[in-house]
Amino acid sequence: MKRIVMVALFSAFAYGASAQKYITRTGKVSFFSSTPVENIQAVNNEAGAVLDSKTGDLVFQTAIKSFKFEKALMQEHFNENYMESDKYPKADFKGKITDISKVNFAKDGKYDVVSTGKMTIHGVTKDVTIPGTVTVKGNQATLNSKFKVKPQDYKINIPKLVENKIAKEIEVTVNSILEKK
Amino acid sequence: MMRILPAILLTASVFAIQPAYAQDNKAKKEQADEGEDLLDMLDEENGKKGKEYTTATFKTSRVVNGHSIENTAAGVLDFKVNHRFGELKGGASTFFGLDNANTLIGFDYGITDWLMIGISRSTYQKEFLGFTKVKILRQTDNKGGMPLSVSYYGAISAQAMPAPVLPPGAEFHFSNRLFYVNQLLIARKFNKWLSLQLMPTHIHYNLVPTTAEPNDVIALGVGGRLKLSNRVSLNAEYYYRFNELNGYFNSLSLGLDIETGGHVFQLMLTNANAMTERAFIGQTTSDWADGGIHFGFNISRVFTIVKPKEFKSSNTNKW
Repeated sequence: MKRIVMVALFSAFAYGASAQKYITRTGKVSFFSSTPVENIQAVNNEAGAVLDSKTGDLVFQTAIKSFKFEKALMQEHFNENYMESDKYPKADFKGKITDISKVNFAKDGKYDVVSTGKMTIHGVTKDVTIPGTVTVKGNQATLNSKFKVKPQDYKINIPKLVENKIAKEIEVTVNSILEKK
Repeated sequence: MMRILPAILLTASVFAIQPAYAQDNKAKKEQADEGEDLLDMLDEENGKKGKEYTTATFKTSRVVNGHSIENTAAGVLDFKVNHRFGELKGGASTFFGLDNANTLIGFDYGITDWLMIGISRSTYQKEFLGFTKVKILRQTDNKGGMPLSVSYYGAISAQAMPAPVLPPGAEFHFSNRLFYVNQLLIARKFNKWLSLQLMPTHIHYNLVPTTAEPNDVIALGVGGRLKLSNRVSLNAEYYYRFNELNGYFNSLSLGLDIETGGHVFQLMLTNANAMTERAFIGQTTSDWADGGIHFGFNISRVFTIVKPKEFKSSNTNKW
């Protein structure tokens, strides 16, 4: 009898324990635009992210104003002219790691995964599929990904004058360490 | 025992069903909704985050002639070339004033986010100037945050004209060449399009032409910008003097900021033909009403001298 009660209770706890969220608000998201004329790089060390390790639900959010550029004037132009950060203060991704079952959060290791969802930049939302990796180490899950974004897709207007300085495809790199909560 | 067992099984199955039910319910929701739950969680976390300072109240560190609330960013050198041409009323014979130009060449440098310094040399009375601008309060975007930005601007300058011919016994000291400016810049960005600024100003002239004239001039400036597009804004600036040196006018300036890649061009029409505060606020010789209008421009080119910490190790092109 006692044993059955224990098993029943245990299974109940086990369920409760498995619904884990991983979270960060100091994630790193950077992007790189490369043209023969000029290379432009920006880094954001204040990205927020939450991953539900059970369902694979994943949310990423970055404040546009938190992207730091090497040149201060570029940062101002990025906010004022291209991203219009007063109007669209945030860019985010809401979706799912579709093959989250591949990841064993109880065991350290690196797992290749694919996430699909909606990316919103500059007020424009697009369906995207992004490959990446989840690296589990103790209570941390590190998300790494590299993907391309076309400014044109998100109605980011680039004037003719600077057309040859800004790449048609901008490489975005995500490297964020999420802590178990 | 047999009675208890079903009870236990029932409890266990309730636990088992619950997650299944929860999952089912969740699946019915839109995927975006699931995201919202997680976003809420992030927002909670973000609630702990600090304030966000308002940015780009003005396009550059000058409204037209005078200073704006904006500082040169930390580690950035701003090279300035400013011109004010002769009066438009000079007509075709002076090419509408373009035959004559006052020039100011200056370097501004941002030491920190809140402190900048600058030096300049300008044609009008061969003036050398050094200034410092310090942010005291910064407007924030947060609800219930700081509604205004306030900066202090202070300058000392010296003119380098030949010493005047004085009666025997009178001496002309270096200190007779000096001017001091103290200014508060009080600004608010109301929205993306409109920013306004007030500039209470005190100017001290070590030497004035007659004993009847004040050594200290007090003025209040009003300035603002109206953004016409992402890259063009219309600026205006007016300084009212509460007491004055004889024969001078209040300065009124209208300007257009045009921003291209690494430059900001400021084009203006103004009745001031000099570019330092003591001169354009206190000693403007032309009058709008009389056609005493000068065309002029400021060109600003910035160079990153010290990279932000995120880029200390990067070896991308410095300029």
